[in-house]
Amino acid sequence: MRLNKIVKGIAVAIPMFALAACGSTSTADSDANETNQTNQEQTTDTGVQTGGMVKEMTPQEKQRLALQELRKEHIVYFDFDTSNVSSQFSALLDAHAAYLRANPSVKVLVEGHADERGTPEYNIALGERRAKAVSRYLEGLGVNASQIETVSYGEEKPLDNSRTESGFAKNRRAVLVY
Amino acid sequence: MKSIVKYCLLAGLVMTQPAQAAIDIVITEGVNSARPIAVVPFKWQGTGPKPQELANVVANDLRFSGRFNPSAVFSMPAQPSTDGEVNYEQWATLGIEAMVVGTIKPFKDGRYVVGFELIDVLSANATKANGQVLQNGQLVSSNAHVLDSRETVISAKEFRQYAHRISDVVYEKLTGERGAFRTKIAYVLVNRERLDYKYRLMISDFDGHNEVEILRSREPLMSPSWSPDGTKLAYASFENKRQQIFIQDIYTQKREKVSGFKGINSAPRFSPDGKKLAMVLSKDGNPDLYTLDLATKVVTRITKNRAIDTEPSWSPDGKSLVFTSERGGKPQIYQVNLDSRRIRRVTFDGEMNLGGSISPKNDELVMVNRTRGKYHIAKQDLRTSSLQVLTKTRLDESPSIAPNGSMIIYGTTYRGQQVLGLVSIDGRFKARLPVRDGEIKAPAWSPYIY
Repeated sequence: MRLNKIVKGIAVAIPMFALAACGSTSTADSDANETNQTNQEQTTDTGVQTGGMVKEMTPQEKQRLALQELRKEHIVYFDFDTSNVSSQFSALLDAHAAYLRANPSVKVLVEGHADERGTPEYNIALGERRAKAVSRYLEGLGVNASQIETVSYGEEKPLDNSRTESGFAKNRRAVLVY
Repeated sequence: MKSIVKYCLLAGLVMTQPAQAAIDIVITEGVNSARPIAVVPFKWQGTGPKPQELANVVANDLRFSGRFNPSAVFSMPAQPSTDGEVNYEQWATLGIEAMVVGTIKPFKDGRYVVGFELIDVLSANATKANGQVLQNGQLVSSNAHVLDSRETVISAKEFRQYAHRISDVVYEKLTGERGAFRTKIAYVLVNRERLDYKYRLMISDFDGHNEVEILRSREPLMSPSWSPDGTKLAYASFENKRQQIFIQDIYTQKREKVSGFKGINSAPRFSPDGKKLAMVLSKDGNPDLYTLDLATKVVTRITKNRAIDTEPSWSPDGKSLVFTSERGGKPQIYQVNLDSRRIRRVTFDGEMNLGGSISPKNDELVMVNRTRGKYHIAKQDLRTSSLQVLTKTRLDESPSIAPNGSMIIYGTTYRGQQVLGLVSIDGRFKARLPVRDGEIKAPAWSPYIY
């Protein structure tokens, strides 16, 4: 019963705080709006509009941008106790292969990982098999073998420590690192 | 009833474990068939409070072996400190087979004199401690019911170590086998939330006390393995962003990279004579077993197979290696004779068997068994081939056998955290060693050190 009263009290108090907060921000906002409006008036008043060139990206900038995109999608996941590269990752690996073919001086490190089931030593072997499977896949797409290095961390660097089925699935992976 | 017994064991431990312990051992399962004994708190014969207790350390040691069931202090009918003070009948009635009594006296320079007696309660009760033996044609009274009796001067820092020494004496007198209570364990401690040195190689007493850091690294450390003289550890380290094998002297801190081939350099294990290191390399394609001669640095390939071969472990005679191989499909344990290179499959039960090692008496294979998706520590009798699953914990791995073959330490998962477990070789006694922060893995039991 007492608890109920406290809850009710809070229920009343929270909207009051919220209202107070809203009040103060809305004043600040309206101030800002006013200054913007005066600026706009000044610019539209001149009666001219400017145009410009789009600057051509240098090859380095293009490469950096492409790499940025690749780094967003750089993990291949595997099923339990397997090292087959699933077809769902072919687009991802195609993109990496295209980048590596276009930039033959760039090297990639493929890290192989396993989930925490089984023994650490066996998982080192399994991780290496996964890293090599990805390496072979890239070579199959025309990437020079000398551009690819592999390392297996086994179960030593999990992405997810929960030790649940979904955690295990996140940990069974190969990661492409530039 | 069983749960009451468990609770009592737990309560006894909580009260007696010192707070600074790195690892507290929590008993997860008691033993009904273990021999009942009593380790009576030692009598302090100085002034002021007792400096330290010894009896609790001895009682815990004996309990961990799975062979003994020491009675709780609160259930003792009396607290005698010498054989002369013991009312044998009183203890025999309670089913106590043997008891340890002792005293702690102040000595000079802050040291102490510790004395103890190991008493065979059953024979003392039968003869009323007036046993007589025929000696040189005459009947003389015998103290045969006192199985051992010693007095030693120790410093304040040596209490735990001396308690383990008493445990060794008691264990050997009562079982006929050497005790392993003054041995060490090496293990890897991982603190994932740490920004700098996440991975640390540690050594402690077998019960987790006296923890010492041997190495810290930003990158993973794996598979510590003891040299047979107990002075060095071999382990795998990723400190150079690839797996390499190092040997480090645990006293001088001198370390040496002994294997850094392309690919995997893992699972080092010293041979019983300490002259070679078995290990796994993938430099020639996929993971196979190799040996490294530590004097000549010659590397010899032992297995050559398209499947994964890993986790070599020497037979006690050093003439063969057991190892895990996928050559038959799923991982199972095989044995290769190092002279003939003949290979035979050892395990057939369960979906997988991994991480095998042979007991010091060469009669049992201890390993990780996977059955219905569950990973547990199991042992296989090498004569009858019968398999016994020893643990019920989760995601069990890395079993390591005590040098006397009585206990196994292993890595397991408790509440989502990696901890160490202990199980007696008969599977009847189980305990857990939780850490307060971080994950603890890859335990390796040392050889006899003293």
